[in-house]
Amino acid sequence: MRFDKYEWTAISIMVSLFIIVGFVQGWSVSLVILNMCIISAIMTMGVNISWGYAGVINFGVMGFLAMGGLAAVLVSYPPIKEAWHVGGSGLGISFVLLIGLVIAVYFINKLVEKKSHKYWLNGLVIFFGVIIIRYFFLNATSKIEEVDPALAGFLGGANLPIIFSWAVGGFFAGGVAFLIGKVALGLRSDYLAIVTLGISEIVVSVLKHEEWLSRGVKNVIGLKRPVPYEINLQASDWFINMVTWFNSSKLNQIIDPDQKQEMLNNLIIDSSSLFVKLNYAILFFIVMIVIYYFANKAQISPWGRMMRAIRDNEVSANAMGKDIVKQHLIIFVIGAAIVGVAGAMLVTLDGLFTPSGYRPLRFTFIIWIMVIVGGSGNNLGAIFGGFVIWFAWIEVAPLTTFLINLFTSGLDPENAIRLHLLDSVPYFRYLLMGMVLLLILRYRPKGIIPEKVRHS
Amino acid sequence: MVDFINSIVVLLNFVIIPGLSYGSQLALGALGVTFVYAILRFANFAHGELMSFGAMITILFTWFFQSQNIGLGLLPTALIALPFGILATIGLGLLSDKFVFKYYRTQKSVPVVLAMVSIGVMFVVNAIIRIIVGTETIKFSDGQKFIMKAKQFKVMTGLNEGLALKSSQVITILITIVLLTFTFWFLQKTKTGKSMRAFSDNEDLALLSGINPDRVVFITWLIVGTLACVAGTLYGLDKSYKPIIYLNLVLPIFASAIVGGIGSPFGAVVGGYVIAFSEIMVTYAYKKFFKYLLPENLEPSSLVQLLSTDYKFAVSFTILVIVLLIRPSGIFRGKVL
Repeated sequence: MRFDKYEWTAISIMVSLFIIVGFVQGWSVSLVILNMCIISAIMTMGVNISWGYAGVINFGVMGFLAMGGLAAVLVSYPPIKEAWHVGGSGLGISFVLLIGLVIAVYFINKLVEKKSHKYWLNGLVIFFGVIIIRYFFLNATSKIEEVDPALAGFLGGANLPIIFSWAVGGFFAGGVAFLIGKVALGLRSDYLAIVTLGISEIVVSVLKHEEWLSRGVKNVIGLKRPVPYEINLQASDWFINMVTWFNSSKLNQIIDPDQKQEMLNNLIIDSSSLFVKLNYAILFFIVMIVIYYFANKAQISPWGRMMRAIRDNEVSANAMGKDIVKQHLIIFVIGAAIVGVAGAMLVTLDGLFTPSGYRPLRFTFIIWIMVIVGGSGNNLGAIFGGFVIWFAWIEVAPLTTFLINLFTSGLDPENAIRLHLLDSVPYFRYLLMGMVLLLILRYRPKGIIPEKVRHS
Repeated sequence: MVDFINSIVVLLNFVIIPGLSYGSQLALGALGVTFVYAILRFANFAHGELMSFGAMITILFTWFFQSQNIGLGLLPTALIALPFGILATIGLGLLSDKFVFKYYRTQKSVPVVLAMVSIGVMFVVNAIIRIIVGTETIKFSDGQKFIMKAKQFKVMTGLNEGLALKSSQVITILITIVLLTFTFWFLQKTKTGKSMRAFSDNEDLALLSGINPDRVVFITWLIVGTLACVAGTLYGLDKSYKPIIYLNLVLPIFASAIVGGIGSPFGAVVGGYVIAFSEIMVTYAYKKFFKYLLPENLEPSSLVQLLSTDYKFAVSFTILVIVLLIRPSGIFRGKVL
């Protein structure tokens, strides 16, 4: 990959921003922001692939993220044996019945010729089928939810390392995207936006209320980590040796052994938390680079060229014999799967799964602002957008506080307007996001790092 | 017979009256979305915030009037404040059009870009609202809360079941009837209304026949601002005002507009009621209703609820998806005002 001057500037700006924050607010803060920036960049790349390459709009980001989060829970949480014991068979029966129902409907549609008969038969079979399935299903789920509701009350997971869930999250989100795409991709773009937004709300509300599956609004806490715990690090010799070695010059200046020990202890505690965050950052960075690499490869491949052709002129691409419906579905699923990976990573980073935390403003529209600002159709642009917007999202609060204090410094400290403004500091970030989006769309509609036009 | 009347009263109290008032609010919102869609030709994601903004201004004026001891006695003070809210909302709509949407209209941008732009406007208006009033729930209804309490009804008729009639519900339904009648009269009978319909039907032809597009756009924002502010205020009066709620309300409103046939005002109104009633009917527990209707030995033991109320929101979207699959142009084949 070769970057031009402009892209190098963007990259160096990003790097220097984190270094500045590291020196001003501490390296811990800087790493926390960096981790979220990387995850945001992956989400942004996911959206960018479907929107930037092929012009398929995907406003269901929130739903795919939530599916990724669900994967993290289902993969890593230890199974709750008792719940399986009381509810497993009921769930199994309803699942088998559901498959039977689907097969029955399939055959009715295939065998019955007359249309009115078909509707009646379908209606009857589905109505009674659903009633029977509901009976088994509700029985089983209510039993599962009764198992130790304060700690469990759901099925648990597969007890595997959580890092597997990143791939599984991609599959979950991709699967849901496949279903949505089958239904909705024929629609005009702004309808598609509304429908995907709505379906993502449905996905989140299912996760919120099907407690047997995801523990719902009771949240799942204490998920496993792919990186060591601070406590274990503080007790391990190699880590202590490493910290001592790194800070040897600082430690050697202190002569008093007690003081020296105390300082070493503080250093170990600080650096253990830094070390954990750094580990996360490295893992996330690897994933980001891998996805970036393949996304770029795909973009310059013949397939990517076909996607651009479909995006730019659907009719002529169709005339050239490209199957537009199929390609749209493929790219929608790929984009959603990448978002799902990011969703699993997000839950891994937090260590907890809170379905009620998925809100469209934060998890759909902000991601879209990142894509538009960064530059749709350019993966580096998408990453840049993710970094810059998330950075601004976090750092705008201290900045506004500073600015408000500056501009109202002539006023009385107890002045009502001043106090009210200081109270509403968190809301200024929405103002900033809106303004940034409007300005970019007006004056630089292709984004900060626009798509490269390739003539080949 | 008494049992039958009782069951009807149960339905009226828990399904029909709440459905009518919620449906009216959705219908007014969806009508606004439809106007923007038919004339300015984009899906306005900022419509919810427009409603919220109108409600907020109305609340601010309500507080002002309350502090001056100006009121309407039995009716909520918000009704006097409503005209000011409408003016402010129209102003906001016109401002956003002048500074934001107009540019893209003259550029003839694709609808998706305009939808993105409206998301930007949504963020800005959202921030302004939060900066001014915060995110707390605000109750601003005063005056008499109930026209008829459940107990009064029981005493009056001697039935087992009560029928409560909130004044906010009655006000909602009455104002909706007035506004809808006016809007449809305006569209069908006046010259300006006809020019708007022509504009939405075929822009080029309308321009050729001498219709002033700026005037059409101006009138559109007048109507949209009025509808949005009234819808937002009524929703706030009925359920208490919460700035975050309106973002969630955008989705059922879009669903109503699309289900009815986007671009068709009549469809938008019908869609609003369809969405509202299905949301309520699917999630209502019919146990009480059946208790009166069926003989004792057949009485249902469960709640007889199709879906738990948690899925209220999902219902409107399921309907939207089904309608789009079976009849993509909506119930009333929309496209033209």
